[in-house]
Amino acid sequence: MTTEALRSPAIAQRRGRSELMQQRARAARWFLLPMMIALAVVAGWPLARSIYFSFTDVKLNNLYGAEWVGFANYLQIRTLESGRTIYRGVLADPDWWNAVWNTVRFAFWSVVWETIFGMIVALVLNAEFRGRGIVRAAILIPWAIPTIVSAKMWSWMLNDQFGILNDLGVRLGLLGAPVAWTASPDTAMMAVLVVDIWKTTPFMALLILAGLQMIPKDIYEAADIDGVHPIKQFFRITLPLVRPALMVAIIFRVLDALRIFDLIYVLTPNSAATKTMSVLAQENLFQFDNFAEGSTQSTLLFLLIALFTIVYIWLGKVNFDGGAR
Amino acid sequence: MASIELRDVRKAFGAVEVIKGVDLEVRKGEFMVFVGPSGCGKSTLLRLISGLEDITSGEMLFDGKVVNSLAPSKRGIAMVFQSYALYPHMSVYDNMAFGLTLEKGQSKEEIRRRVEKAADMLQIRQYLDRLPKQLSGGQRQRVAIGRAITRDPKVFLFDEPLSNLDAALRVQTRIEIAKLHESMDNVTMIYVTHDQVEAMTLADRICVLRDGLVEQVGTPMELYEKPNSVFVAGFIGSPKMNFISGDLAKSFNADTVGIRGEHITIVPENGVWSGTVIHTENLGADSYVYLEMGTEEPVVVRLDGVNTYRSGDVVQISPMPDKIHRFNAAGKPVA
Amino acid sequence: MTATFDLWKVTKRVLFYALVVFIVLVSLFPFYYAILTSLETGTDLFRINYWPTSFSLANYQSVFSQGAFPRNLLNSVFVASVTVLLALFLAITASFALSRVRFRGRSLLLMTILAVSMFPQIAVLAGLFEVIRFLGIYNTPWALIFSYTIFTLPFTVWVLTTFMRDLPVEIEEAAIVDGATPWVIITRVFMPLMWPALVTTGLLAFIAAWNEFLFALTFTVSNQTRTVPVAIALLSGGSQYEIPWGIIMAASVIVTVPLVVLVLIFQRKIVSGLTAGGVKG
Repeated sequence: MTTEALRSPAIAQRRGRSELMQQRARAARWFLLPMMIALAVVAGWPLARSIYFSFTDVKLNNLYGAEWVGFANYLQIRTLESGRTIYRGVLADPDWWNAVWNTVRFAFWSVVWETIFGMIVALVLNAEFRGRGIVRAAILIPWAIPTIVSAKMWSWMLNDQFGILNDLGVRLGLLGAPVAWTASPDTAMMAVLVVDIWKTTPFMALLILAGLQMIPKDIYEAADIDGVHPIKQFFRITLPLVRPALMVAIIFRVLDALRIFDLIYVLTPNSAATKTMSVLAQENLFQFDNFAEGSTQSTLLFLLIALFTIVYIWLGKVNFDGGAR
Repeated sequence: MASIELRDVRKAFGAVEVIKGVDLEVRKGEFMVFVGPSGCGKSTLLRLISGLEDITSGEMLFDGKVVNSLAPSKRGIAMVFQSYALYPHMSVYDNMAFGLTLEKGQSKEEIRRRVEKAADMLQIRQYLDRLPKQLSGGQRQRVAIGRAITRDPKVFLFDEPLSNLDAALRVQTRIEIAKLHESMDNVTMIYVTHDQVEAMTLADRICVLRDGLVEQVGTPMELYEKPNSVFVAGFIGSPKMNFISGDLAKSFNADTVGIRGEHITIVPENGVWSGTVIHTENLGADSYVYLEMGTEEPVVVRLDGVNTYRSGDVVQISPMPDKIHRFNAAGKPVA
Repeated sequence: MTATFDLWKVTKRVLFYALVVFIVLVSLFPFYYAILTSLETGTDLFRINYWPTSFSLANYQSVFSQGAFPRNLLNSVFVASVTVLLALFLAITASFALSRVRFRGRSLLLMTILAVSMFPQIAVLAGLFEVIRFLGIYNTPWALIFSYTIFTLPFTVWVLTTFMRDLPVEIEEAAIVDGATPWVIITRVFMPLMWPALVTTGLLAFIAAWNEFLFALTFTVSNQTRTVPVAIALLSGGSQYEIPWGIIMAASVIVTVPLVVLVLIFQRKIVSGLTAGGVKG
């Protein structure tokens, strides 16, 4: 009965609210207020201002002298007297589309590989074997290392002259000659992907592992008795049952990958082959004095991520009812 | 000491009405038991009295004063929960003292005196420094009761307090609750249970609830002897009352005839009914004989001592004429 | 049992443990190699070693003697700690309201909080910059504490709400009958029961704040106010072409070791906290 009590909607309390309910409602208001103010000040207002800036000609050193320019920062079509049409604005900027392509490429491949490796690691951790605790502790370490530190560690390991990975590659005969992994446009994205996959696979593995551990063991016992091959068990039992957890984890990661900044900024600075939307926007905002353009780019990234968030909420079927016990 | 009066009390959760208009008076110092099957609204009714839940409409009076919207802590009640609901991080002493420390103007000495007095009553003084997790289920139950006593309430509310205890401990604690009521004769107690044995043994009066409505209120013996519906007749008493309908009932001018197993005698000849023995149960002090005689469920006859009937025996039985309950088609007694 | 069957079993076992060793090796090697490098100086640095060949603490000495690194370390500790305390303080009361009191708009509010936790930081960067300039906290630790609230607060609220939802209702009701106000329930009944959750969320928020880079890069500009991630990213040697790898690795090891120790100590709690934020949702 207590369950119903908590879930009962507002109808029940409208008439003759008791002292207790009033006290709780009042307390709830005061308890929520500081958090809501904080979120409004650090998230709501800045977001609104950023979007507003994208419609103005604002400059970094003159934030308050901005004038409204409409969609000019996004796309401006002008027809010259000569009859030529000129497209200007972020949406007509090849650098922007390069960044979009880099971001999407990065998000796609990093999540694909993280899912595959994460699944493998999760399956290993889900098995019973001696030393499981050590393995779990070990995979937490890449996750705990600050991104900047892992970027530096790997850029040292990937160093073209003194990097241990080139040395290893050459010794094992995998590489003919050392490669400038982070500097060469052909391999820069690969380098970024390797580091990101190394760092984030543990997170993926832990989320999948949590999903795996919710699968009752007796299902597998029944399948064993029926003589179902382990590989078939994986595709017929494990994968379908772990799918909800997997989907949530994947979308979580996609959202995270789409906003990547620090790894790329440090590992492959100024490389057009890896520059993502966040990096481009930050540079425009604070380094190139293109505050309005940077705001426009960050607004576009926000819209992209908002779209994915909606997909996440929809797919994840997240339970928002705080009291649904 | 308080009397409680409910006037047309209703409670709805959203569109679902759980309490559908209850009128009830609980007298001062009385031990009232709410009994009924699960989902009948007995726990909700208790929560309405406690003030943990708002009533949707109607009036609730404590000592003649409307308390509809009064906070639980101001109603002079104490509650013992099904899961004990002890604060896991507090010692037994702190658990019992917590309510008093929140009251203004209670001195440390006064609190200690009251906690120790309650602890002595329940013989849990040696556990005062322990944490709840270091206690057995029965000891936790005593602490929960002790916490309620410490608050010196006018009304004591019990929400199925014995359902988490094993059978032996349940009987023992039941007796202790009965003794507690005797020793605190000016405290009103309301006790919710689905177990009619607890209701019969503890209650001054029982309130039988069914589907959000009061079915009957009365002393245990009134309910046993004069149930005012088939529902109450079937709910109170063990073994369950036998119900006989159809042509067999017609001869008694009723749609349904109820007769308790202990009010049927097996006679050598000229019985009112006859039936075939399908099963017997010997409990030592008494025994049950199950008879197949064309009724929906087998008829149970309760005999003193041990019986020697075997399955397949055909026996003649007679109900005690003054113990027959006659009900009409609506399940109400025939006058 | 035939011999071939056993052989297959042994092979499977060997392959499995090979995979386990590979996973552990890949996870740990970069960190191991960073430690190795940090202990090398001079020309040793530029000889590729797989095993420790020299041992010198010179890099660690220079990290602490040159530049503002000790100061950066203090900044990081200060910023991350204050951020966590602030977020926990705001989140505890808020999550009580969100998990225990029914009111209209609760679902919408929770949804907003989740949405904010998904915000790309870059989307608010321009607006936050303006607010921080307006408040006059640009280039101070307070700018970071202020801006980090955007990701620590939604996260802590979300995890604490899911946790508080699972606390038994009857305990709260017992406290209500005992005359406890919501504030008393939070501080004297729930908080003592919640410390594992508080430690977990606090730790995760601490790690997030400790590792943050974008805001730190944007809102602080002088060596004295930077946090360690930015300091490490911008560490440079005597000349533009000479990257001081030994010193960078020493600094990296210094900022990572406390995290690794914390993570190993609170392993189980972290795993449960991470998955509470994700899977349970």
